[in-house]
Amino acid sequence: MKATSNADLWLAVKIGLIGGIVVVAIALEGMIQAFSPRDIVGGVITMGQTLLLVTLLATAYIAVSRGESHQPMRALVNGAAAGVVVNCLLVVLIWLGAFLPLGAMFLNATPQLYDLLTLGLGPLTGTLFLLIAGLVVGAIAALIYLLPPQVRRAVLIALTTVLLMGVLQDLVTVTLSNFDAFTPITKFLYAQNGLSIAGALTILIAVGVASYLWSQKSAQVQARIDRLPPTRQRALRWTSILISIAILLLLPKILGLYLSEVLDNVGLYLLMGLGLNIVVGFAGLLDLGYVAFFAIGAYTVGVLTSPELGRAIITDSWWLALPFAVIVAVLAGVLLGIPVLRMRGDYLAIVTLGFGEIIRILVGSDFLRHWLGGSQGVLLIAKPEVGPIKIINPPEFYYLFLGGCLLVIFISMRVKNSRLGRAWMAMREDEDVAQAMGIELVATKLMAFGLGASFGGLSGAIFASKLGSVYPHSFNFLVSVNVLSLIIIGGMGSIPGVIVGALALVGLPELLREFAEFRYLFYGAALVVMMLTRPEGLVPEARRRIELEEFREEGGESPPGADAPVLKPAGQP
Amino acid sequence: MAMLQVNDIHSYYGHIHALKGISLTVDKGEIVTLIGANGAGKTTTLKTISGTMHPRHGAITLDGEHIEGLPPHAIVMRGIGQSPEGRKIFGALTVQENLEMGAYARTDKPAIARDLDFVFTLFPRLAERKFQLGGTLSGGEQQMLAMGRALMTHPRVLMLDEPSMGLAPVLVEAIFETIQKLNQEGTTILLIEQNAAKALQVAKRGYVIETGQIVLQDTAENLRKSELVRKAYLGEM
Repeated sequence: MKATSNADLWLAVKIGLIGGIVVVAIALEGMIQAFSPRDIVGGVITMGQTLLLVTLLATAYIAVSRGESHQPMRALVNGAAAGVVVNCLLVVLIWLGAFLPLGAMFLNATPQLYDLLTLGLGPLTGTLFLLIAGLVVGAIAALIYLLPPQVRRAVLIALTTVLLMGVLQDLVTVTLSNFDAFTPITKFLYAQNGLSIAGALTILIAVGVASYLWSQKSAQVQARIDRLPPTRQRALRWTSILISIAILLLLPKILGLYLSEVLDNVGLYLLMGLGLNIVVGFAGLLDLGYVAFFAIGAYTVGVLTSPELGRAIITDSWWLALPFAVIVAVLAGVLLGIPVLRMRGDYLAIVTLGFGEIIRILVGSDFLRHWLGGSQGVLLIAKPEVGPIKIINPPEFYYLFLGGCLLVIFISMRVKNSRLGRAWMAMREDEDVAQAMGIELVATKLMAFGLGASFGGLSGAIFASKLGSVYPHSFNFLVSVNVLSLIIIGGMGSIPGVIVGALALVGLPELLREFAEFRYLFYGAALVVMMLTRPEGLVPEARRRIELEEFREEGGESPPGADAPVLKPAGQP
Repeated sequence: MAMLQVNDIHSYYGHIHALKGISLTVDKGEIVTLIGANGAGKTTTLKTISGTMHPRHGAITLDGEHIEGLPPHAIVMRGIGQSPEGRKIFGALTVQENLEMGAYARTDKPAIARDLDFVFTLFPRLAERKFQLGGTLSGGEQQMLAMGRALMTHPRVLMLDEPSMGLAPVLVEAIFETIQKLNQEGTTILLIEQNAAKALQVAKRGYVIETGQIVLQDTAENLRKSELVRKAYLGEM
């Protein structure tokens, strides 16, 4: 017993050291100074302080949860220890800074930073304050950990919501200001800078209580739904689908111009993500040059509808150009597919990467300048028209993306459960055996490349029209990487996963604009944490989830036994 | 007329001459075994018959129809099913999905359902584990699944590549019993094995392959008695 508790304490100290290094790094990056003018809760806590507080809480929480013993007193001691260690490192930074010219190496190590860290109390009192704060916050983290799971969950969700509402103040207030009815609510929730104290408390309590009640009742609600007769269940499902569609249709009206623009970007990447998901997720063919099909779709529309290229205009209708964009992309997909039929894994990835670069360099080349506009790109691309309405603004394009996404999601779902989908699944598992089962590899692979490319072509066509112009540099390798990452983050082969991945990967950085130049740092850190804690993705496909769970529990050994997880087809008892 | 006839085939891995003129026949209703050491060319012969490798010379006919040079899926559809070496089941698919994948090339739903029932009666263990992922089965169960999956292609000739590999003696026994049972119910089998003793017990005829050539062919009984087989493959002094 003694041995484990000592080991736990050591672990807490070690985790505290890691957290401390993170905090010191955050301070030296200049984030504290950058975020100090903004308040999360007006007059109470700034964004810079919140950042420190959250890191401190998280570190202590991890330290406590990793411990072996579950005695409350032990947990409190360990949490407090981790908290103190974190802040000890800040104290070390402050005292080092007091005697050494740290500023020569770290631009942000200024007296101003030390003042911020000690709340202007001076080095001595500040040290004392930091150590006590570490102790208290660490203990609070331990207390949160010791709460019953459902309460703990509610508390964490409530705290996160308050944090988000504070961070996203500008976005939320601008969105709410579209509606006069919400003005009093906005006034109540927000102070000049940050949330008002009453607002913060209200959100904390309301969200906390709501999520606690939900965790209590959700099982009952689910059970009630399950008990309903099938016709009622179907009616319920259709109602919820209709409501979701209604919300989707109203979204740009609610969110306003800026967020509609963000949604357009999400839609763009969602279309590409669903296309690449066919190739990588369903068929298991690693494609690193997916941007090529996006570029081909965009340039096809550009070349067909732009009057800028110094020759007679071919068509001025975007809708007429659209099918060509898709067809040319499919042809390109099949053309790429033929030479790489015999390649697998890494080799395929390299060839497709090359293909992506070739397309980008071709469209930017002087040689093809006359036809494709060279590095100046193609301008004055036609806008789509629906009846008398010309689609020009982000909120209007939103509907185009929505339509495209719904169509593509529908096709993806149908094809996944089709014969072709099963052939892809077999091929993804083992090409040789798939062949031995009578699956024709050539056709199956080309179908994957072709269908995947068609979605890319569609997204490119909408993209070109939305911007009104295309340039070679819009189609760099990073686009392919982003699309691939959003599939991995969401969960390979899972259609809801791609949706969540697109929201997280494209939507989130837009919302993080508050953090200015630091946002990619957060974003990168979030990706690393995500892959460490949820390698199967945010919304994994059932099959993959079971597979990975299996792998984790058994350490890779296959367990013969009746208690292994099962995957039943729909409608099976 | 033999059902499956392999006539003087030569196969290459790049410049390596792996099969140097293999000829063998399998008659309807027979179990024929091809025995040999590691690297003798057993699996290459199977790959050449199933179309994943193409012979540079020679002919392969199934009921008189030439199948050499056809793509693998076409050969499966003409009626040659196989359970590959090392089982290679689809680990992320359930047992039932694995079996259904075997029937991928077929469209006659009632017949597929019949064959599925047949496989489940043949291997009750698989029926118990219907919805379990293939990767979570034990070695013996995986071998059953690989055989069941091959049966789902509804083959006229079933090729089994080392079905006893890596299995405990009890399971080896059970697998060979199943092979015999299948044969009694009318399945024609080409059995590729390193375990010559067991293979020659169930087979009617056998071929011995060494460095890409057939060095001996006879009835199983005679092979069991032959000097070469007894020394090299049955481990007798």
